[in-house]
Amino acid sequence: MRGRPPTCQHNAIQAGRHVTDSAVSDLECSNVCKNFGSVQAVKDVSFEIPSGSFFSILGPSGCGKTTLMRMIAGFEEPDSGDISIKGRSVLNVPPNRRNVKMVFQHLALFPMMNVFENIAYGLRCIGADRDEIKRKVQDVLNRVALPDVGGREIHQLSGGQKQRIAIARCMVLDPDVLLLDEPLGALDLKLREAMKIELKLLQHQFDTTFVYITHDQSEALVMSDRVAVMNNGRFEQIGSPQDLYHHPKTAFVAGFVGDSNRWTGRVSAVQGEEVMVETDGGMNARCRPGEGASVAAGDTVTLFVRPEFVHLTQGREALGENSLQGRVDNLLFNGANSRALVRMGSGELVEVDVTLTGGADDVKPTDDVALSWSAENAICFPSGEGR
Amino acid sequence: MNQRDARRLSLILLFMPFALWIVLLILLPHIGMGVLSLREKIAPRQYEFGFDNYIEFFTEPIYWHIMARTAVMSLIVTALALVIGFPVSYYIAKIAGPRTRGAMFMFCLIPLWVSDLIRAFGWILLLRETGVISGVLQWTGLISEPIELLYNDAAVIVGLVYTVMLFMIVPLTSTMDGMDDSMIEAGYNLGGNGLTVLRRIIIPYAMPGIISGSIIVFMLTAGSYLTPVLLGGKYSSWFTQTIYDQFITRYNWESGAAFGFLLLIFTSLVVWIGLKLSGQSLSSTVARS
Repeated sequence: MRGRPPTCQHNAIQAGRHVTDSAVSDLECSNVCKNFGSVQAVKDVSFEIPSGSFFSILGPSGCGKTTLMRMIAGFEEPDSGDISIKGRSVLNVPPNRRNVKMVFQHLALFPMMNVFENIAYGLRCIGADRDEIKRKVQDVLNRVALPDVGGREIHQLSGGQKQRIAIARCMVLDPDVLLLDEPLGALDLKLREAMKIELKLLQHQFDTTFVYITHDQSEALVMSDRVAVMNNGRFEQIGSPQDLYHHPKTAFVAGFVGDSNRWTGRVSAVQGEEVMVETDGGMNARCRPGEGASVAAGDTVTLFVRPEFVHLTQGREALGENSLQGRVDNLLFNGANSRALVRMGSGELVEVDVTLTGGADDVKPTDDVALSWSAENAICFPSGEGR
Repeated sequence: MNQRDARRLSLILLFMPFALWIVLLILLPHIGMGVLSLREKIAPRQYEFGFDNYIEFFTEPIYWHIMARTAVMSLIVTALALVIGFPVSYYIAKIAGPRTRGAMFMFCLIPLWVSDLIRAFGWILLLRETGVISGVLQWTGLISEPIELLYNDAAVIVGLVYTVMLFMIVPLTSTMDGMDDSMIEAGYNLGGNGLTVLRRIIIPYAMPGIISGSIIVFMLTAGSYLTPVLLGGKYSSWFTQTIYDQFITRYNWESGAAFGFLLLIFTSLVVWIGLKLSGQSLSSTVARS
């Protein structure tokens, strides 16, 4: 399974909650800017996160997402703009007074304390009494399904357990917002896949707003209710995972979220909603312009087509609209995610999702094939925008 | 000769200087001293096995008074070095940028390029009756006649702290260097104020460095000779002076050897108590850094 968005049923629930709680948003940033010397790390970022949702900020490394998170946590002060939590501005509130807890990239569990002490640390800071600490720590350990690890040292835990303890250490303080700074980055692939689902379930269970920072689009798509795509210090688009995937608003979002075939070309004709593009390699393709993008004949554009929307037919006969001839160059076998690399007559390489059953009628390298896709699933954006 | 033998031979050769050092300069002299300290002088050139030299230490109050004094002063020096060295190390390891860090380390090292003796004379120049500080104070009119700042306990402590400071800063800095900044941030994020973070996170994390620095500083201070003598004067009553007297002035090697052993045992005891109290072990502190 590639990074498919969560189920529709769940989203309906979220939408309902959104309407009822729209008055109180857990976290709101308006026009936040931050410069480091002459470098603008965060440029005029505004967003609002409804209570109890899982919000991701997705962007390549160096896009300013960590700076944004550090401003929310209070480790950096924004140069301008406002950050409010539960409707109150926290601009002059020091980090230890904000009810925003953070799971750090390398978790930052305290190695000199055992698990119990790690979780109790925050409670001690607010002056909870001994019985209350004991009860709350045990309670949160039960909720992360690790009831018996209280006496263990940090180095005796596995990667996944450390992850859960880091979350428990924050959740025991009942924060308004939990920030997670790429906490899955250090885990191996199998564990990361498992933790994705687990994080989503934990968020459901605690019913707290999670703000999750990541550069991994599949993490963002799988777990989030809403995702903000960040690039060069700006938010490119905020939307549900399906929105971002199917209706990208900028070329950057189209290229960054999910896999895409990508070509640059020139618009040869505009026919109503459809655009005819001739790529630099000489391939002719029909597509639709991205939302909000207007193109005219003669414009240079970037064309995006997702591999799963390309239909592959064996043999030489062309089928339907937007049909092109090519030859299979290579097969990338990866179980259900297998791909074929098809060399077009014009020399361009197209990635196509294929189903390889292991039978005799699978496509093979050097096979002649025809590719087609509907104009609806090919999107073009004027070049030079949001690259 | 096969390859395994060759490897074993190279291992032995590499290990040889260290082994020679341990055996010739540490082990043999101590065995000699141990034998020497257990000889009782009953008549000129006549000796007998016995613990008299050790018993003498405990029956003569002046000796163990000096020992206790040395230990207390050394502990004060260690504590002062820690209190001054900790913020410096924290600054070097956590606050300074990489370039400043190198420069600051250099500044800490520079005093070591000058010999102990010259450094002590530097202090004498500053502190003596006709010295710089006395002169400045007179010039500003704060005092009317020259003041003698040398030859007291404070001068000894100041001089010793200055001498041993580096040995506190290096292990502390290297320990705190290994601490992830996000650990401190997590401390604040979870609701701790500056004091809580220092007390519950930074100090516990730096504990191996604190202990290892303290052990080195305490051992160096208790065993130092030059600084207490030069800054404290003839009667500064440092235990090493008593040992020196026994060996050189009174030519009583037997008792000098016994006192040397007593100093070793006593300082080791203090270190052991310190390790027990802090819940650390030698392998987690000195051996680590």
